Amino acid sequence: MPHKIIRNERLNSNVCRLEIEAIDISEKALPGQFIILRVDEQGERIPLTLLRTCQKAKTVEIIVQEVGTTTLKLCALRSGDEIKDMIGPLGVPTEIENYGRAICIGGGVGIAEIFPVARALKDAGNEVVSIIGARNKDFLILEREMRDVSNQLHITTDDGSHGRRGFVSDVLRELLAWGKIDIVFAVGPIPMMKVISDVTRPAKIKTIVSLNSIMVDGTGMCGSCRVTVGDKVKFVCVDGPDFDAHLVDFTELSKRQARFLENEKVSLEKYKGEHKPCHQN
Amino acid sequence: MPPKLERQAMPAQDARKRRKNFNEVALGYTEELALAEAKRCLGCKNSKCRQGCPVDIDIKVFIEVIRKKDYAGALRIIKEKNNLPAICGRVCPQETQCEEYCILSKKDKPVAIGRLERFVADWVIDKKIKEEIPQAVIKKNKKVAVIGSGPAGLTCAADLSKLGYAVTVFEGLHASGGVLRYGIPEFRLPKHILDIEVDFIQKLGVNIALNIVVGKTKTVEDLRQEGFEAFFVGTGAGLPYFLEIPGENLNGVYSANEFLTRVNLMKAYKFPEYDTPVVIGNKACVIGAGNVAMDSARAALRLGAEEVTIVYRRSVKEMPARIEEIEHAKEEGIKFHLLTAPLRILGDKFGRVKALICIKNKLGEPDASGRRRPVPIAGSEFELLSETVICAIGQGPNPLLLSTLPDLKLNKRGNVVVDHNLMTSIPGVFAGGDIVTGAATVIEAMGAGKHAAEKIDSYLKNKQFP
Ligand SMILES: Cc1cc2nc3c(=O)[nH]c(=O)nc-3n(C[C@H](O)[C@H](O)[C@H](O)COP(=O)(O)OP(=O)(O)OC[C@H]3O[C@@H](n4cnc5c(N)ncnc54)[C@H](O)[C@@H]3O)c2cc1C
Ligand SMILES: Cc1cc2nc3c(=O)[nH]c(=O)nc-3n(C[C@H](O)[C@H](O)[C@H](O)COP(=O)(O)OP(=O)(O)OC[C@H]3O[C@@H](n4cnc5c(N)ncnc54)[C@H](O)[C@@H]3O)c2cc1C
Ligand code: SF4
Ligand code: FES
Repeated sequence: MPHKIIRNERLNSNVCRLEIEAIDISEKALPGQFIILRVDEQGERIPLTLLRTCQKAKTVEIIVQEVGTTTLKLCALRSGDEIKDMIGPLGVPTEIENYGRAICIGGGVGIAEIFPVARALKDAGNEVVSIIGARNKDFLILEREMRDVSNQLHITTDDGSHGRRGFVSDVLRELLAWGKIDIVFAVGPIPMMKVISDVTRPAKIKTIVSLNSIMVDGTGMCGSCRVTVGDKVKFVCVDGPDFDAHLVDFTELSKRQARFLENEKVSLEKYKGEHKPCHQN
Repeated sequence: MPPKLERQAMPAQDARKRRKNFNEVALGYTEELALAEAKRCLGCKNSKCRQGCPVDIDIKVFIEVIRKKDYAGALRIIKEKNNLPAICGRVCPQETQCEEYCILSKKDKPVAIGRLERFVADWVIDKKIKEEIPQAVIKKNKKVAVIGSGPAGLTCAADLSKLGYAVTVFEGLHASGGVLRYGIPEFRLPKHILDIEVDFIQKLGVNIALNIVVGKTKTVEDLRQEGFEAFFVGTGAGLPYFLEIPGENLNGVYSANEFLTRVNLMKAYKFPEYDTPVVIGNKACVIGAGNVAMDSARAALRLGAEEVTIVYRRSVKEMPARIEEIEHAKEEGIKFHLLTAPLRILGDKFGRVKALICIKNKLGEPDASGRRRPVPIAGSEFELLSETVICAIGQGPNPLLLSTLPDLKLNKRGNVVVDHNLMTSIPGVFAGGDIVTGAATVIEAMGAGKHAAEKIDSYLKNKQFP
């Protein structure tokens, strides 16, 4: 059954926020879960985190960063357009309880993935301290939303154009020196999650990361998404996407992200050749 | 004595040509060939072939009707028992089923029952002959949910629909057919054939709901609330096994499921017209020697690999694939390293596969399965250069749905336990196909679907079995 796009709002030069009709999924989704969608008949199946769901309107919201063919196709859609397929909610929901003082870290488009977690932690009674970061001011998304669900919000940009100059991990290090932390949740680029994990390991602070491995079915059927966690091979789509950061083999994960690099370039060139960009400012 | 009639060979695409395309390999009998083959049937009074058919097709009679050139009539006879004849005619291992029982196989080659089955099904499709759609005599006001649209689920749904039930098939993927869609490649089972047979099942009144992962999108409990009174679980053997050897997460190592799903379901063989990629390189190794391995090897060849090698730890006798597939693979130039076991996979600094290290085996004493156990020969290690390694060593039951049903009894391999009525430990929940038996065959899955439909009917009539 096709799914109608209700709204597509551009947040910056390469990130969009879409609201999509999804009757069944909107009733079931929990924080930390994701969907897999396929835009059109030729399309690839790609995973995207559920930002929020609206049970009344029977819609889901996602935030998409344009990195290749599928994400470009998605961001080019307008309200009233349809996407062909969507399944979900997939993955194990994030374990939400009252931990005490919880740090929520989002880097780049990872802010979209940490938002539902931060909100749920706040609702569960945690003291939520959030750290969000991006390349520069324009790429920092969801600042207002994150402020609403955090007791404290720290902002970093690589160039200092907003918040403080530096990385989210710099703030984390200071917070660590400063007071008790019960748990850390972090989502973002792999190098960021690895640094966070290295920062919290000596202090033995439980740290949960949400992994973005390359998926096909999203139901445990293919093993495309496999990662090494501790001494075990796990499937991110069904065993995760949340894992104990201190056990994740980030080096392997980042190598596996490059499995189809050459093909992705070919696909993107083809797509760009066929489509003029629709949102030029 | 009448002259001996030779078994008619199956026309096929030339091996040198077909190894570069995804078009169907076996081209099907012409009318002349079909008639000549049908003539070989002795029309035995006490025909044995039917006993070898898991869905009990009246083989002797359909062959008789072919001889009268009433091909649509022959198809009707088959369809009394089998809703997917164009598929079964292509993929069933007839050599161990109906054809094994054929009396002719004692002294000569058996009647080519599968090829005849395919011939009549294709005839009706090609000639666009309008088929009568059997309609249920009395509609029963009861809803049945079938989970999984593989051959087991489709068959169960079709039979229940013929009995008048309102049946919905829930499928997690974006297309129906199970392994027929994502596993078996186009060159062996064209997807338009699958579409036509699925379409027929929908015309029987079956509703197919795609993109619903039961256990995630909806639970069995949700479905009960929606008024479904009985369930058939036909979720297949979808969990890929890996070798658990070093190097298995290197780039270039695929489970056969991933490789074939990319190629078949996502049509990566048409990349970049289709967006999903698959990378194959010049040399590929496939581990295993079942149908899944043959399909993977032959698909790899067609994607442009120059050399594709099957690595199998036992000997030629134990290879589980259909004979025809092994022969086709050999004709296409697939290499076979038998009595060879993989030890580890080597990678380069980018994490890509470079080579597969193997060891030679010899056959030792019989193991639990009665087959002689492969024993490694010390010092016989060797390196196979390879950029791709595809693991086709088997699949198990996917726990995704099962784990949401704590009362569901599983055996130690994780397969669903059923009683002789195919009912699970949860009343009203039935199961069949690969999820119960472990990876088996299309027709066995269909047999189970059929059997379950009968039992679901008795269950819904009086909540008990005769
Ligand atoms: C559980 C999960 C949740 C995700 N949530 C979001 C989200 O909320 N918003 C968002 O914008 N993205 C999210 N992603 C990443 C998103 O799926 C990828 O960016 C997308 O698949 C890229 O597809 P493409 O065709 O546009 O690009 P491609 O051409 O396929 O790839 C372009 C580049 O993106 C990277 N990439 C490819 N596939 C993936 C992948 N599956 N995951 C991560 N990187 C990939 C590769 O480095 C590649 O070089 C999530 C991924 C996972 C696994
Ligand atoms: C590559 C390959 C080649 C083969 N070749 C042959 C051959 O030549 N001849 C032969 O006889 N047999 C062959 N087999 C075996 C045969 O295909 C299987 O035995 C048969 O398909 C099993 O049927 P099934 O209905 O039990 O399950 P499947 O065909 O596996 O179908 C199960 C379906 O259930 C869906 N599903 C799973 N979980 C859920 C859920 N939670 N919610 C909704 N849907 C769900 C899956 O997506 C799938 O579509 C082959 C198998 C493979 C993999
Ligand atoms: S056993 Fe063989 S010869 Fe006899 S009816 Fe069946 S197919 Fe014909
Ligand atoms: S995406 Fe296929 S198993 Fe996870």
